[in-house]
Amino acid sequence: MAARLMQGDEACAEGAIAAGCRFFAGYPITPATDIAEVLARRLPQVGGKFIQMEDEIASMAAIIGASVGGAKAMTATSGPGFSLMQENIGYACMAEIPCVVVNVQRTGPSTGLPTSPSQGDVMQARWGTHGDHPIIVLSPSSVRETFDLTVRAFNMAEKYRTPVILLMDEMIGHMREKVELPPPGTIEVVGRVRTSVPPEWYKAYENTPSDVPPMISFGEGYRYHITGLFHDERGFPTQRLDEIGPWIARVFRKIERNLRDIFIYETDQVEDAEAVIIAYGATARSARHAVKQARERGLKVGFLRLSTIWPFPEEIVEDVAERIHRVIVPEMNLGQLALEVERVVGRRKVIRVGKVNGEMIAPHEILDVIGRG
Amino acid sequence: MVVKKQERESLVHERYLRHQKKFPHVWCAGCGIGIVMGAIVRAVDAVGLSNDEIAMISGIGCSGRMPVYVDFNTMHTTHGRALAFATGLKMVKPEMKVIVVMGDGDALAIGGNHFIHAARRNIGLTAIIINNNIYGMTGGQYSPTTPSHAYATTAPYGNIEQPLPICQLAEVAGAAFVARSTVYHARELSRFIAQAIQKEGFSVVEAVSYCHTTYGRINKLGSAVEMMRRLKENGIGQRAFERLPEEERADKIVRGVFVDRDVPEYTQLYDQVIAQAQRSVAA
Repeated sequence: MAARLMQGDEACAEGAIAAGCRFFAGYPITPATDIAEVLARRLPQVGGKFIQMEDEIASMAAIIGASVGGAKAMTATSGPGFSLMQENIGYACMAEIPCVVVNVQRTGPSTGLPTSPSQGDVMQARWGTHGDHPIIVLSPSSVRETFDLTVRAFNMAEKYRTPVILLMDEMIGHMREKVELPPPGTIEVVGRVRTSVPPEWYKAYENTPSDVPPMISFGEGYRYHITGLFHDERGFPTQRLDEIGPWIARVFRKIERNLRDIFIYETDQVEDAEAVIIAYGATARSARHAVKQARERGLKVGFLRLSTIWPFPEEIVEDVAERIHRVIVPEMNLGQLALEVERVVGRRKVIRVGKVNGEMIAPHEILDVIGRG
Repeated sequence: MVVKKQERESLVHERYLRHQKKFPHVWCAGCGIGIVMGAIVRAVDAVGLSNDEIAMISGIGCSGRMPVYVDFNTMHTTHGRALAFATGLKMVKPEMKVIVVMGDGDALAIGGNHFIHAARRNIGLTAIIINNNIYGMTGGQYSPTTPSHAYATTAPYGNIEQPLPICQLAEVAGAAFVARSTVYHARELSRFIAQAIQKEGFSVVEAVSYCHTTYGRINKLGSAVEMMRRLKENGIGQRAFERLPEEERADKIVRGVFVDRDVPEYTQLYDQVIAQAQRSVAA
């Protein structure tokens, strides 16, 4: 495929289509509107469907309904809309409905700075909905990676029957870069686990060996019940401890046993490093530049870029930081993922570089910290 | 073979209810919600639909529990959002009959916006709103259809808000079919629901019920039987209502089909969007 100049939001929309997304519901919000605009035009071209709902609550509900009907489904929003989606994200967790939720982060809280980037929703992406639940959150740091991670987000959602959150930021969403997209046939696309058992044997929430129960769409002759209440293997409400316990254990287990597939990251020059920068999203671009400049000055600095931020890649961080005395975590918030890094490597090793005024973190701001060392 | 009425009734129950697994139900003895459920399955039977082609979607509250008992594709969603979930399902499965069951608080307070916009889009869903004028499951708080001056646990000095006219709202918002009956007039209710299910477009049936456990107790309206008798006495056909002098109209519940119009249905319009988009790519 020829190289194109493409915006991050557009790459997300194209990644969704490449992944097989055929339903999108959304509500206009800066800086995520472009994703809806592209999909309003593109989805019907490939036989898919687009709808602009009355708000973000309805958008999240509609993609769950569409997924139950068998479509790969996505919505896209930013901070204020992401807050509104939280209840139904919890529903998708509870009912194990595959779907992708894109949050192009802008500076908050509240209306904040609608056209400025932020990484302030890291904790909301993890814990925004009430109750304990596992969640997968991916965060891209380039336009091309936005395409790739959108595809991966759909694949994980379908494979593990779970909502997946793609945590972009205003800078990645609105930035244009030259990208060369992979030809359609070369992209790995995963569908949901199905079954050929007769309808009377089908259990929508069965404790299968893989921990991911097969999912049949509504209207295919397998009549079953879906609810946001705790439920038994057939999906009917339960208050029995011997049914609630195994469900909780299974939904966590289905993620935890697949971490190798879920963790996406990249390391650079960590072998001889004395300090390492751990970054994600747009900030990773500044971090990479800071590493280069540091190396030019003879400072032994390594780089760990995380594309998967939840579940937090503990083992990877532990491994990289083991022999190192200083870990720098730059992020456009006042220390959210840094809390996780501190938990894993110890507080004394970690230096936070945080910013919440709508400005990007510049390479020199990270470099200054290393220099102070 | 002629099937006797009683046998036919038992066939309807066996065919459409999860009768061996999920009963007894959670509703209070004397509640009208079960009558609405009966009216729905009889309507489905009358129209001749199979269980597989129906989805029943509900929100939260007493009405929200109905999907557990019916042997369709069933989904019990979040409070107020049933229509939005149903919209997504209907878009990807336009061939399915999607019945959305809601209470008055569910459909008109927390879900009021979704109700207006589902009607405005005229998407092919059947919304059945069971109106008992109160939040029953949480114990009797005033709802958007609680009459002015009536009492509720959260209106201990009387309700100072006005009730929302469900059918008029549905009409101005754009619904293709709007009807109202009561749980006393169960056969008529079932007939209206059958018409609603068959209608292309957004159809609304207001099923006027009562809650003797909360609303009836707080407002001293007597037992379920007495509240049912009041529906019988106050339920009145449209024409008879129009003949009534103004002073006799106050407590009446007007029954009938208020709207039955042909408006292009949303998923059918969207098929045209797809055709148009694909032509533009081919060109």
